[in-house]
Amino acid sequence: MTATAAQTQTLPAEWRDFFALTKPRVMSLVVFTGLCGLLAAPGHIHPVIGFTAVLCIALGAGGAGALNMWWEADIDAMMKRTAKRPLPGGRLRRTDARDFGIVLSVASVLILGLAVHWLAASILAASILYYAVIYTIWLKPRTPQNIVIGGGAGAFPPLIGWVAVTGEITLMPVLLFAIIFMWTPPHFWALALFVKTDYAKAGIPMLPVVAGEVATRRQILAYALVLLPVSIAPYWIGGTGAIYAIAATALSLLFVALCIPVFTRRSAENDPMKPEKRLFGYSVLYLFALFAALVADRLILGQGAFA
Amino acid sequence: MTPEEEEQFKKARRGRNIALALVLGALVVLFYAITIVKTGVVE
Repeated sequence: MTATAAQTQTLPAEWRDFFALTKPRVMSLVVFTGLCGLLAAPGHIHPVIGFTAVLCIALGAGGAGALNMWWEADIDAMMKRTAKRPLPGGRLRRTDARDFGIVLSVASVLILGLAVHWLAASILAASILYYAVIYTIWLKPRTPQNIVIGGGAGAFPPLIGWVAVTGEITLMPVLLFAIIFMWTPPHFWALALFVKTDYAKAGIPMLPVVAGEVATRRQILAYALVLLPVSIAPYWIGGTGAIYAIAATALSLLFVALCIPVFTRRSAENDPMKPEKRLFGYSVLYLFALFAALVADRLILGQGAFA
Repeated sequence: MTPEEEEQFKKARRGRNIALALVLGALVVLFYAITIVKTGVVE
């Protein structure tokens, strides 16, 4: 096997470069929310099977991430934030990235189907297709609502984890999906506000570039206001106890509070964008804390996965 | 390719192969554990 390439010289790929394709930082959030969905679901699942379910969610997310990087290698080369990724950095052949993504995606679905059950596996398959095809290939370059729809992909893990335990889709896991769905736009648009120029150069229609800064700030607050009742809804339908209700209320109110300065201000020349960065940082903490509260509520007040 | 590049290439390939071997080994262990759980041999 020779290492000659038709394009610019590609350095020999290390295993680390393949691992980087899977978007490890995104994967950690996926693993966490998937695990929380699993732990918070009513019913019993053997720890080995539960571990396998979460592993498959992680592998599926990794495969989808690799396919996304494969497809967007050219765009990534144009943005500061992503120029060091394995493909734009010339450390990997494009076809290797594609094949790696496909193998991970197929294997994760097959293993989940065989080890747990096919309903969870088909939802995982749908989420991978949703992210890699519907979002990455079709929607992202076409509409500034790309984040809204693409956010659906990140909302699947708790649904999959939950369904892995219960074997059926009910309102609770759908609410968990809805929470992340509502959370994604303010999370990403806060980011887009302070890396606006990067996306613009690459020609990706992000809301601040297409609809303007004011519209983006308004939408951020709007989604945060919707997120408030949606995040408390699990308590209202009787799916959780008071621990989650109080945590969700406090966390979501703080989220709204942090969105207000983002909504009212306008960025100036060489703006440090502090409120936007603070909101973005908090949004990550928010998700972790909310789902941790969900699990804590279930384990302390209710009947958990290992009951 | 130069001896230097060849060395780099060999190191990278070795690293990939070891990583793959570990992943496959872990899958073997996992499938074994799942089989035991599902066939109710121990639990």
